[in-house]
Amino acid sequence: MKLLLKIWRQKSRNDKGQMVDYPISDVSPDMSFLEMLDVLNDQLINKGDSPISFDHDCREGICGMCSLQINGEAHGPDRAVTTCQLHMRKFKDGDTIYIEPFRAKAFPVIKDLAVDRSAFDRIQHAGGFVSVNTSGNTQDANSIPIPKQDADMAFDAATCIGCGACVASCKNASAMLYVSAKVSQFALLPQGKVEAKDRVLNMVKAMDEEGFGNCSNTGACEVECPKGISLTNIARMNREYLSASVKK
Amino acid sequence: MAILDSKVPSGPLKDKWTDYKNKINLVNPANKRLIDVIVVGTGLAGGSAAATLAELGYNVKAFCFQDSPRRAHSIAAQGGINAAKNYQGDGDSIYRLFYDTVKGGDYRSREENVYRLAEVSANIIDQCVAQGVPFARDYGGLLDNRSFGGVLVSRTFYAKGQTGQQLLLGAYSALNRQIGRGKVKMYTRHEMMDVVKVDGKARGIIARNLVTGELEKHSAHAVVLGTGGYGNVFFLSTNAMGSNVSAAWKAHKKGAFFANPCYTQIHPTCIPVSGDHQSKLTLMSESLRNDGRIWVPKNMEDVKAIREGKKKPTQLSEDERDYYLERRYPAFGNLVPRDVASRAAKERCDAGYGVNATGEAVYLDFAAAIERYGKEQATIKHLDVNDNALVKKLGQEVVKNKYGNLFQMYEKIVDENPYETPMMIYPAVHYTMGGLWVDYNLMTNVPGLYAIGEANFSDHGANRLGASALMQGLADGYFVLPYTIGDYLADDIRTGAISTETPEFDEALNSVQAQVEKLINNPGSKSVDFFHRRLGKIMWNQVGMARNAEGLTDAINKISELRKEFYADVRVPGDANEFNEELAKALRVADFLELGELFAKDALAREESCGGHFREEHQTPEGEALRKPEYQYVAAWEYKGEPKDAVLHKEELKYENIEVKERSYK
Repeated sequence: MKLLLKIWRQKSRNDKGQMVDYPISDVSPDMSFLEMLDVLNDQLINKGDSPISFDHDCREGICGMCSLQINGEAHGPDRAVTTCQLHMRKFKDGDTIYIEPFRAKAFPVIKDLAVDRSAFDRIQHAGGFVSVNTSGNTQDANSIPIPKQDADMAFDAATCIGCGACVASCKNASAMLYVSAKVSQFALLPQGKVEAKDRVLNMVKAMDEEGFGNCSNTGACEVECPKGISLTNIARMNREYLSASVKK
Repeated sequence: MAILDSKVPSGPLKDKWTDYKNKINLVNPANKRLIDVIVVGTGLAGGSAAATLAELGYNVKAFCFQDSPRRAHSIAAQGGINAAKNYQGDGDSIYRLFYDTVKGGDYRSREENVYRLAEVSANIIDQCVAQGVPFARDYGGLLDNRSFGGVLVSRTFYAKGQTGQQLLLGAYSALNRQIGRGKVKMYTRHEMMDVVKVDGKARGIIARNLVTGELEKHSAHAVVLGTGGYGNVFFLSTNAMGSNVSAAWKAHKKGAFFANPCYTQIHPTCIPVSGDHQSKLTLMSESLRNDGRIWVPKNMEDVKAIREGKKKPTQLSEDERDYYLERRYPAFGNLVPRDVASRAAKERCDAGYGVNATGEAVYLDFAAAIERYGKEQATIKHLDVNDNALVKKLGQEVVKNKYGNLFQMYEKIVDENPYETPMMIYPAVHYTMGGLWVDYNLMTNVPGLYAIGEANFSDHGANRLGASALMQGLADGYFVLPYTIGDYLADDIRTGAISTETPEFDEALNSVQAQVEKLINNPGSKSVDFFHRRLGKIMWNQVGMARNAEGLTDAINKISELRKEFYADVRVPGDANEFNEELAKALRVADFLELGELFAKDALAREESCGGHFREEHQTPEGEALRKPEYQYVAAWEYKGEPKDAVLHKEELKYENIEVKERSYK
């Protein structure tokens, strides 16, 4: 396949940045999207140009490190995949592809397509845990049976990979889906209930302080989420938040 | 010749750890506030260690090269975690887990470390449940188990195909709690460049800020490396792109012995290579072998027809299929350990029975499991068990529930639906059992320098059993190191803060600076990957699944030549003082080019076959690994300037609580 890539280049955080054209040929449909960028980078290095910076690590859709806004969509046109799992067979010969970083005020660009998502970690510091010491002196794991349905729902929420696609897809750059996934996981489990009120209040406060916007229920985040995290988590978080605020 | 003192406590095996903990030196809580510990790596081992040390009261500085500690490659572990809980009542016990692990490791691990691992395994599950890790449960609300290779019980706890993710997020949450309290200072996008030794003790590290390129000096009373394995020396592996050996290798160059580098696990169920552009390989969890049956066609005509696309695998009758694992190993069948399964796949493919265009793939087939589960569900729901379409649908739902994310991952990569047609798989480099030599305290031979998780060598011998990596990472980080490190730090309560303004720190920083400048200013013409791929090819072809003296000798020479070529002709674009992934990669590959040579040297010196190390000269008439009693030792290598000059030290392995016998899965 022959493609025209239009890629965001930005030298550093304070640089203005611009789209730059890169034609590329001999792309195999079996390549992953990032392997296609590897090939481009190899060509750039061989020509003495500077390669394109982008975040990636596991390349199997679980670490959450890769990002990229491809043709206006977080992680590109395929559903339920991260950019590293997107394959070139989803594109056609002759296509023009726009590649940009995830854009949000809370995710400043580091260089080219790599952004700083440390705001996500800071929200977790505020309450994304159960306060139990790792002494090993906890009770037997089977002493509290948990209904399978609850455990499964908690698991589904816990599969969030923290990539930030929800934020990048939201017109308000809201992090509600991300935060609600963690709040829901613990709200659904008996171990998380003890601190549930403080957790939701503290995490929402941290989220607001980081400069993420509000949720307006348009649902773009759910559509673009590579792990299919459900909007019902946001509803659950709102309920938890309301009840915690009232009882406080 | 230095003597390797494993510091294993005396007494009966089952009491060693308990007695030792009772006698170990402790640091009182007020004094812990005066002590700093550096933890490098935030995977299951590093993350859990950093969190626990901070809970205990130490001041912790944690480092990871990713943008968040949650992204460490433990996240990608799929299948599960072993623990001797015996919830299934199928005869499991601490001893049996210990026995399986030592046997699975082909009698090349340290008995006492393995027993301790089995002993604390049950605590891990309790701990993780208390942290809110959502393990799979049955309809009664209790924890569910599955079975893994090389064992005859169901002791593996899991969270669908994302067990590593859930456990790592558990450790990450414990870490976040401590970061929030200010007890852990977290440095993301930082790479460790060197260990700093003062008066013979590890007292700090040089780290490079990957965003700004700045080199930083960090001091502490002890340094813990939880930096994972070195599978990426093969270029293609199931490791993350950034996984590297540099921290362990730098420690090695500073005096820490590197043990058994040649013990590499080639995992039998990975998605086959599709072309030259391939950047990494993807694992399909071993848990799939619970329900998948592995086969190739019996007849060469069928192989050819399949490769040419004239026949589909589903068109072959049972008689026309060779379920070679079930044929060769009737007792364990498709659940033989990984090394055995990988070699069997290679044997069939070398004989010409590979089922894809490259001839390097076998089938992993779920049709039988789908039918079995479908009938079971139809019976439970009082539906017609003879309705094939219904049975298939019900069975597919069960399989989806168990392995949904893996099937989806396969479909995205290969573009085939594994519910309808068998998966194609082939072995790939996955895990490295070798690593830094450590004693019973998990300390290397450099005082104050610890190695935990995959970065050390001690628990898995020559082959790791499935679902044991997660167990070891968390055991080391939550339950072993936090105790044993106190014994060392108890002597440091009056030391005071370690200064970084010393000649030792400056010297280390200057030598890192020199290496960075050498690479960035190199007038070369080839990219880093060009060299890394070539190293990978040498390793895979000559130091991979089957090794021989001639190939290994040649590999040592080739790698040494390649290293020279790398320094003469690598081109690293950009500057040292910016976000520069090529520079980070070049620094890592430079270390792989040294490790690779030591790896081959170790494989050459080990004149036997055991576990993942298979020497063609040493096999039984049936083609199984032929172990030799005179090689019942740990090979710990001391750095002497060039990899080829490394000096061998031996730690003899004794088995007093287990009978060393032929490792049979027939």
